[in-house]
Amino acid sequence: MPNDATITMSERAGLRRARGLGSVSAIEAGVRCSHCRGTVPEGLTEEGSEEQFCCHGCRSAYRIIRSCGLDRYYRLRDMEAGGGVFAAPAPAGSGKYRAFDDPAFHALHCREVPGGLMTTDLVLEGIDCSACVWLLERLPSMSRGVVESRLDFRRSTLRVTWDPAAAALSSIAALLGSLGHRPHPARDTQARRVRTLEDRRAMVRLAVAGACAGNAMLFGVALYAGLFDWMDAGHVELMRWSSMAVTLVSLAWPGRVFFTSAWASLRAGTANLDVPIALALAAGGAWSVASTIRGDGEVYFDTLSVLVFLLLVGRFLQRRRQRWASDAVELLFSLTPTSARRVETDARGFQSVHDVAVEALRAGDVIEVRAGDSIPADGVVVSGESRVDRSLLTGESRPLAVAPGAAAAAGDVNIVSALRVRVTAAGEATRVGQLMRMVEECSRRKAPIVRFADRASVFFTYGMITAAGATLAAWLWMEPAHAVENAVALLVVTCPCALGLATPMALTVAIGRAAKLGLLIKGGDVIERLSVPGRVLLDKTGTLTHGRPAVVRWDGDDSIKQAVAALEAGSNHPIAMAMARDLGGEEMVLVRGEQTTGGGIRGRVGQLDVAVGSPAFIRSIGATDPIGYQGRAEAMALNGLTPVLVAVGGVVSAAAGLGDSARADSSRSIRDLERLGWEPWILSGDDPRVALGIGERVGVAPGRVLGGMSPEGKLETVRRFSATGPTVMVGDGVNDAAALAAAGVGVAVHGGAEASLAAADVYINSPGIAGVGHLIEGSRRTMRLIRTILVVSAAYNLTAGSIAAAGLMSPLIAALVMPASSLTVLTICFRSRTFGGGR
Amino acid sequence: MSVIYVIVPVAVLLAGAAVWAFLWAARQGQFDDLDTPARRVPLDDD
Repeated sequence: MPNDATITMSERAGLRRARGLGSVSAIEAGVRCSHCRGTVPEGLTEEGSEEQFCCHGCRSAYRIIRSCGLDRYYRLRDMEAGGGVFAAPAPAGSGKYRAFDDPAFHALHCREVPGGLMTTDLVLEGIDCSACVWLLERLPSMSRGVVESRLDFRRSTLRVTWDPAAAALSSIAALLGSLGHRPHPARDTQARRVRTLEDRRAMVRLAVAGACAGNAMLFGVALYAGLFDWMDAGHVELMRWSSMAVTLVSLAWPGRVFFTSAWASLRAGTANLDVPIALALAAGGAWSVASTIRGDGEVYFDTLSVLVFLLLVGRFLQRRRQRWASDAVELLFSLTPTSARRVETDARGFQSVHDVAVEALRAGDVIEVRAGDSIPADGVVVSGESRVDRSLLTGESRPLAVAPGAAAAAGDVNIVSALRVRVTAAGEATRVGQLMRMVEECSRRKAPIVRFADRASVFFTYGMITAAGATLAAWLWMEPAHAVENAVALLVVTCPCALGLATPMALTVAIGRAAKLGLLIKGGDVIERLSVPGRVLLDKTGTLTHGRPAVVRWDGDDSIKQAVAALEAGSNHPIAMAMARDLGGEEMVLVRGEQTTGGGIRGRVGQLDVAVGSPAFIRSIGATDPIGYQGRAEAMALNGLTPVLVAVGGVVSAAAGLGDSARADSSRSIRDLERLGWEPWILSGDDPRVALGIGERVGVAPGRVLGGMSPEGKLETVRRFSATGPTVMVGDGVNDAAALAAAGVGVAVHGGAEASLAAADVYINSPGIAGVGHLIEGSRRTMRLIRTILVVSAAYNLTAGSIAAAGLMSPLIAALVMPASSLTVLTICFRSRTFGGGR
Repeated sequence: MSVIYVIVPVAVLLAGAAVWAFLWAARQGQFDDLDTPARRVPLDDD
């Protein structure tokens, strides 16, 4: 059985990191924060102190945890994650959670429980390890008034029971916020309630089928023992009637799903896999009941009830696996606000702001969004200027400037100052709401191979009926007494158990293994589509490249690199940081640096007077240019690079070109893709020359590099390619969501996981395209495995069917062979290497 | 009259009772969350 806990952990960690909920990206060195393990900015380190904090939020979270005697949290966390970075708490604004005390909020989200207590479900951000479970379930010892807290890890939902007389919910919410787990009221959507009930029913069916199978097997063993030894006729009767009783329960209760599904499919004029299953169950059941009543003939009760149980186990596991994508997006929906501040104008023209539930918002309403709040609906900014954080939807971590006329989406966080927004869509009509519905629909999609199994089942059904009919006819002619018996034995023994169990199981196991490698695959159909080679379209920025500037060309004396790096190390401009990182080596002492706003920096490094900056800056300080570096800088600019000139002692002596550099592993990954038979293409929104340059570096033929593509252009290209063959689009999910969705398989690399998952079929939680090769290789192995299994089960059915047709199949042999075939198939599933097998 | 005629029905009834207990627990929602228990750190509170 796949280890679900482990799968969930890696999935969750991936989602969290990608969502960037307060967490910091890769950390190389430096002083680590005592709370979140992120790097402490240089100005904030405290000399000689053992406790270091990167921000005020971390400091207060650390204090709370320490003062409640819960320091073990840190040890647990480090043990589990081995040094990752954790959610940094957002500083809690005073009164930020005031809405949690509103009677309307209580009426909507809270329930009274006996003893004068209240209970509510809160969706928390940043839940990613066991230590979180440990800490949050100890909430009663941190906050007076909290009686109980239980965390549902998979859904990131904390059920809090508290005493309203001793504490306000807002204070509990503020405490959670200052621990780094910002609470949001859980939206108990209709869809989730329905799913929970379905899950319970599936669990109950599984349990009943298991109990019946176990008991029927006990009776069966007694009967088989009686075959070899003497058994009292009365005892035989007792065993047969008892096993009939439990098997009828199994067929009528959990087994009913096969009959209803088969009936529905027959009425629709097709035959799914449930038809042959139902046929075998019905024929075997009817014959066995008749034999029991007559007191003569074979019974197959144990085989039938084990069959029902095994088939249900397969379906149950498959169902659980499909859950996570919809859970992740539902979580996203819960993170959008539940209340809005609507601006209302009264008859005299006075404007006032009222708190209303989001459900009450209509298109055309104007709402006010304060700094620090999330935007509750999709809309257009009508007044105010600010910056918004879109990471929830797009994964873009840089805040975006917005001004009147700009679009805003539900879930965006307003950072700087208040905005007024005219609502264009609210509730489930928002982008987040639509994403949710899309993921829900996609998870119901059936893999073609499963559909193939469904198609095969039509032939299977005909084959079974024909074979049974032929057996019946042949035996009626030769020996009429055994005719019906042998036909029934054939039907029971060729029941496509292995077929029905194996395909979904192989896909389930493969998807689970992939998740452990950080490849989150939305459905089994993706695996099948990835197994036939075609074209891979790779986005450039952030996928093949780092997505940040780096020094890609250096024209000039290498000996001054050190000095430039030393000078630039003092600046926090992105270009300066890139130069300091890429040119630096040993430390050089900077004597005096002076940054000017004109696009450059000048200072003394050791004995040298160094100036670094844009060509205009270097010109403005009056540096002479005997070698003509200004001209080279212009050439670099034409090639899509950002030119930077260096003047030493008033003479221009080097030119550097900054651009987005290719990832170190990109060219190897591209070769891997070619080895697997795929044809790599580059699609880039950047200047064609830049795209060509990158293509050359990573080894993609110039004819397959398409630069200067708009998002619409990408979409068009993907559509055109998809029409002629298998097409995989790989992007970071930020601005190519449409192309990802249109491709045969969309692979999102390292963007916002939830948003990417809605558009893409696969989400890879590590940067770069190395994962794409693993994905394709694993998919190919999985499909080979499935074909093997199909062949094995077909061979089994042929053999067992011939034995039954020859009249040699006894219930004992059927009872041994049926589970043996299922076990063979399951062993093949779990033992074979699919994802991660090559390393 | 063999004792097995009593024992077997009793065993079936016991199995029925176990199934009933499971149904009760499932309907209470005790199996709704199958992931968190695995992550509850088994440490005594000291």
